[in-house]
Amino acid sequence: MQRVTSLLSLIPKRALIRNTNFSGRTLIGTRSLHTAPVVKADVEMVKVTFVRGDGSKVETKGKIGDSLLDVVVNNDIDLDGFGACEGTLACSTCHLVFKKEDFDNIEEKLTDEELDMLDLAYGLCDTSRLGCQVCLTKKLDGVEVVVPAGINDARI
Amino acid sequence: MLAIKIIQRCKHVCVIGSGPGGLYAAQHLIKHGSMKVDVYERLPVPFGLVRYGVAPDHPEVKNVVNSFNKVLSHPNVRFRGNVTIGEDVNLNQLMEAYDAVLLSYGSSEDRKLNIPGEEFVTSARQFVGWYNGLPENSNLQFDLSNSETAFIVGQGNVALDVARILLSPIDKLAKTDIASHALETLSKSRIKRVSVIGRRGPLQVSFTIKELRELIGICPTQFREDDFYGINVDELPRPKKRLVELMINTSKIPLAIHDKYWTLEFLRSPLQITKDNNLKVKFALNQLQNEKVVPVGEEIRNCDIVFRSVGYQGKILFPELPWDERSSIIPNVEGKVSEGIYVTGWLKTGPRGVILNTMSDAFAVAGQILKDLESPSSSKPGLDLNLKKRITSYEDYMKIIEYEKSNGKVTSVQKMLEIIQ
Repeated sequence: MQRVTSLLSLIPKRALIRNTNFSGRTLIGTRSLHTAPVVKADVEMVKVTFVRGDGSKVETKGKIGDSLLDVVVNNDIDLDGFGACEGTLACSTCHLVFKKEDFDNIEEKLTDEELDMLDLAYGLCDTSRLGCQVCLTKKLDGVEVVVPAGINDARI
Repeated sequence: MLAIKIIQRCKHVCVIGSGPGGLYAAQHLIKHGSMKVDVYERLPVPFGLVRYGVAPDHPEVKNVVNSFNKVLSHPNVRFRGNVTIGEDVNLNQLMEAYDAVLLSYGSSEDRKLNIPGEEFVTSARQFVGWYNGLPENSNLQFDLSNSETAFIVGQGNVALDVARILLSPIDKLAKTDIASHALETLSKSRIKRVSVIGRRGPLQVSFTIKELRELIGICPTQFREDDFYGINVDELPRPKKRLVELMINTSKIPLAIHDKYWTLEFLRSPLQITKDNNLKVKFALNQLQNEKVVPVGEEIRNCDIVFRSVGYQGKILFPELPWDERSSIIPNVEGKVSEGIYVTGWLKTGPRGVILNTMSDAFAVAGQILKDLESPSSSKPGLDLNLKKRITSYEDYMKIIEYEKSNGKVTSVQKMLEIIQ
């Protein structure tokens, strides 16, 4: 039991809540939690590519249910200033531009509050979203997002 | 031998002002270069407008301090608080000691209305400092217990912040880190009507939509439908379109009788304020002709308190440096003022924009500094300032924060220094 608790504490609270709401099942699934690797195998990962303002690409993987801000934070992706308000919809530093087909596949609908922050972003496009509001799904496997110049361009 | 070489290569940069501009620049400098950065601050505690400008009911905006804390606790960064540049140490001393001096002390003043009766006007900036516990504003008194009608002149986010603080339910404010003296005064407030008044029209407001939506959600709102007559929103770029649409849609909702409400008023410039029982404000009624404000009439209106919120303004700290009075900036070329002197934040861009703008600018200027300091010329030694008064460190700040967790925001410099004794 001790083990289970400690493993659970490793899962970010937000991810837990989000996953439950989102797909109707929790991250823990139905499998046993008694060994660490099982947890890992149980979590489905999808590929994500971030394209910086200068064209350089970072390929990484993120858990289904995690937001793209979570992916940046958890994988320590080097994007200066990304996610300044830590996913509380109070800034637009996690602005990302999607390809149209990926944009259409995002499950979370654009809210007024997200649009309000996006309106302050540099390089706003019709397919702009805030990374903190977009959660990974199977459909988004292989998604490539542009981090618009202005918050992240390699100037040196 | 190798060790000496490394020490020699480490350049010293001095950052004046520990608000977002200075700290985002410091973050960039230590991340991308082998730099030692000293951050000087007039107050014993860091973060400038994040601590003293961001409204207490916007704690999520203050999440940026988490990354600033990482910067200030970095081994190559020293926080040097309670140091007034220009008094305790001058620019020449800093230039001799540091390879680069970055000015990021922002805009500490506010624009005046410059009309007869200015003495009856309350500065929104000081009001913001007061409710946020800024030491120099903490002893101010605002008579809200005898006031029902407030005019706020200016239509930016500070104006909406002031309106929101005046109109928010007191139990909501009590849950924030608002200064206790402000909470006490606001709990006795009798303010019922707040007019946020601009000299131009709905298309020229400077507040952002998030702040507008928030205030509409908090307090009954009464906009005049006529004010938006003839505006074709479809011609506007998306951000402005959404902002104006929100105003128009709100104007169409009839307001039932409410105890409290707020409104926007347009095309009015205050000309004169006089006082008898209450305040009488004479406004010019304007028209916009080719984007120019043209007065076409006058009206006199009564209120109990008038705030000016027509922009912040920088202060000349170094008479030896150039100064652009109109834009309230230190003239510069991409952040460079002269050899070894740089500027970022509101002192460079003028007092406008949200944290994203300040951040992008700070990264760019820091990039410029790194580029200029690339040459292997000998580096300067930095400065170990010794003053008769206590210079505060980041550890001192942590002690003050710890104290505040159980005692509320500390609102005097003297008390801060006592805590860290």
